[in-house]
Amino acid sequence: MAKMTLEELRNLRSLKQSSLQKRSIEGKEGQIVIGMGTCGIAAGAKTVLDAFLSELDAQGITNISVTQTGCMGLCYVEPTIEVIVPNMPDTIYGKVDAKVVKLIVKEHLINHKLINDHLFDRPSADIYAKDGDK
Amino acid sequence: MAFRNYILVCGGTGCESSHADDIYKNLIAECEAQGVKDEVQIVKTGCFGFCEQGPIVKILPEDSFYVQVKPEDAKELISEHVIKGREVTRLLYDKEKSHKHAQVEEIDFYQKQFRIVLRNCGFIDPENIDEYIAREGYVGLEKALYEFTPEQIIEQVKISGLRGRGGAGFPTWMKWNFTKMSDNAEKFVVCNADEGDPGAYMDRSTLEGDPHSILEAMTICAKAIGATQGYIYIRAEYPLAIHRLEVAMKQAREYGLLGKNILDSGFDFDIEIRLGAGAFVCGEETALLQSIEGFRGMPQPRPPFPAVKGLWNKPTCINNVETWANIPVIMTKGGAWFQQIGTSDSHGTKVFALTGKIKNSGLVEVPMGTTLREIVFDIGGGIANGKEFKAVQTGGPSGGVITKENLDTPIDFGGLQKIGSMMGSGGMIVMDEDDCIVDVAKFYLNFTVDESCGKCAPCRIGGRSLLNILEKITTGKGTQKDVDNIHRIALAMQKGSLCALGQTAPNPILSSLKYFPEEYRAHIEDKKCPAGKCKKLITYTIDVDKCIGCTACARKCPVDAISGERKQAHIIDQSLCIKCGACLVACKFGAVNVN
Repeated sequence: MAKMTLEELRNLRSLKQSSLQKRSIEGKEGQIVIGMGTCGIAAGAKTVLDAFLSELDAQGITNISVTQTGCMGLCYVEPTIEVIVPNMPDTIYGKVDAKVVKLIVKEHLINHKLINDHLFDRPSADIYAKDGDK
Repeated sequence: MAFRNYILVCGGTGCESSHADDIYKNLIAECEAQGVKDEVQIVKTGCFGFCEQGPIVKILPEDSFYVQVKPEDAKELISEHVIKGREVTRLLYDKEKSHKHAQVEEIDFYQKQFRIVLRNCGFIDPENIDEYIAREGYVGLEKALYEFTPEQIIEQVKISGLRGRGGAGFPTWMKWNFTKMSDNAEKFVVCNADEGDPGAYMDRSTLEGDPHSILEAMTICAKAIGATQGYIYIRAEYPLAIHRLEVAMKQAREYGLLGKNILDSGFDFDIEIRLGAGAFVCGEETALLQSIEGFRGMPQPRPPFPAVKGLWNKPTCINNVETWANIPVIMTKGGAWFQQIGTSDSHGTKVFALTGKIKNSGLVEVPMGTTLREIVFDIGGGIANGKEFKAVQTGGPSGGVITKENLDTPIDFGGLQKIGSMMGSGGMIVMDEDDCIVDVAKFYLNFTVDESCGKCAPCRIGGRSLLNILEKITTGKGTQKDVDNIHRIALAMQKGSLCALGQTAPNPILSSLKYFPEEYRAHIEDKKCPAGKCKKLITYTIDVDKCIGCTACARKCPVDAISGERKQAHIIDQSLCIKCGACLVACKFGAVNVN
């Protein structure tokens, strides 16, 4: 994109805000976000990323995007990921490895069930959270 | 089809021991009995922290947070909350308790943490500028360029009460104002990303998770003080942070948010990265500036302060990563919003890297005024492996220990200073009963002696002398006179050193001496190390009555110091023993003693 003016920046922001709210990144319905700070990567986040890509492929799921983010702060249970899909609460999973990835795809994405023992709480509220937008 | 409710039962070890498992089973049974088992999923989760309030049950999507739940409460939770949709108020966590230091109206939360600096970490893709922009990114810059005058920008920072997060806590607005007032055509803005305290990684995580917030903040400052060039000084050991900064800078330039004529406002500002080689002293601002200029990183006498004569003798505004990360929020939400968070002495939040013998280690951001007890026991979940809490070291090699007696001290700049520690950059290392306080002090001193640049004598010679004394004490050769000497040398270092590295280097010893005098006495007078850490002062022996001769220890011993026939009591040859403790770990019968 070329250099922006103030107005163009504001337009871009409102456009991206609504797509972030709907979570319809690149036209996909859901998102798997992998914590990829140095800490996450050291704990195996890259393996988890690869595992998700191949497992989604294997199950023929095409409407979920896989993206990265920084450290979520839950160092004791790295690698951590967040799953954001319609009709399910936004969910953070910790201590994820290739086996757990398979479980998440099968149970969370396909059967709409949360997974025992890997679920963790987001450590704080979002200062930008709007009403009705959890 | 998804479920109507998800009930999360804390499955951390703390809660499991207080009947979380029975609650889990009862909830399942009740769902069945009350006919809603197909509408509700009950899940065991990881630890929520809050172990002292356990067991915890959280119900989604309402986000109801129930504490101290008993197995017999399961019936009511299902019949009231799930079926009738009414929260069981008597079990709800009192939210007032958790956010007494963050009176922010629009947010209703039970967490102790409150994230301003880390607001985007874990939310956005740091390599995608659009996601940053979508979360109020560059709104602060818009205001700085089009709404505020330079004076008004600084006024907002002043109202916010923000103090430098690098350690010293100097009011940020004053730094900015001094630089603005310095009369010079050329000025610089510098980001200090030379994070070096042992166990600290707050800045790295911020840069890796939200690089644009730093770029935006530096540009806002540049506008306020009249600078056109900025530098980020970051250590080469942070390759991922450097990579993400480079990506962010490229994207910002493409969008016209960095470089010439920013957002068509006629204002020019650009940033370059300067890599440090990892010398701890380069975190000191004058040494850092020397290093950017290409000289050996050594501190310079102040005054003149960088705000008057900094980089290439030009006025320079230098702030730490965490300080910068607060700026865009202060611009968007206003100084007054920020000011109401925290205490009267310190506003806003502080990020800590919580490590050591703690259950839930991690990156923690809390409002100023939160107590250490809340951080260690509510957020951190308490001490790992059921051991006894001993102390927390804050402020890294410049800080001191905080003991059990001071667990309820509110954490802010003044509060920590009063008890002989300091805020520092945010490393927080938790120690348990197995840690020797003299050994810990020696560790930190070793670090500062290693990292001393050697320019001034009090730091170079004083540090080494202190280390020699601790060496004596931990090997059983210490005398009471050594303790007196510690105080004398420490005073000389505090008064005479050129920079904070030397001035604060004695802190870990002084504070541990103050709070654990009996432990120093045990080393000096009884020649004993109560925690069993100082190798010269301990011996490992095998209790002949308990030893069954399984040979497990002998097989683990790396120097073959343990001998004995199978099914006969074993014995340790003290002349060979290197006191590694492998036998203690290997023995299943408690037959190995440490004295």
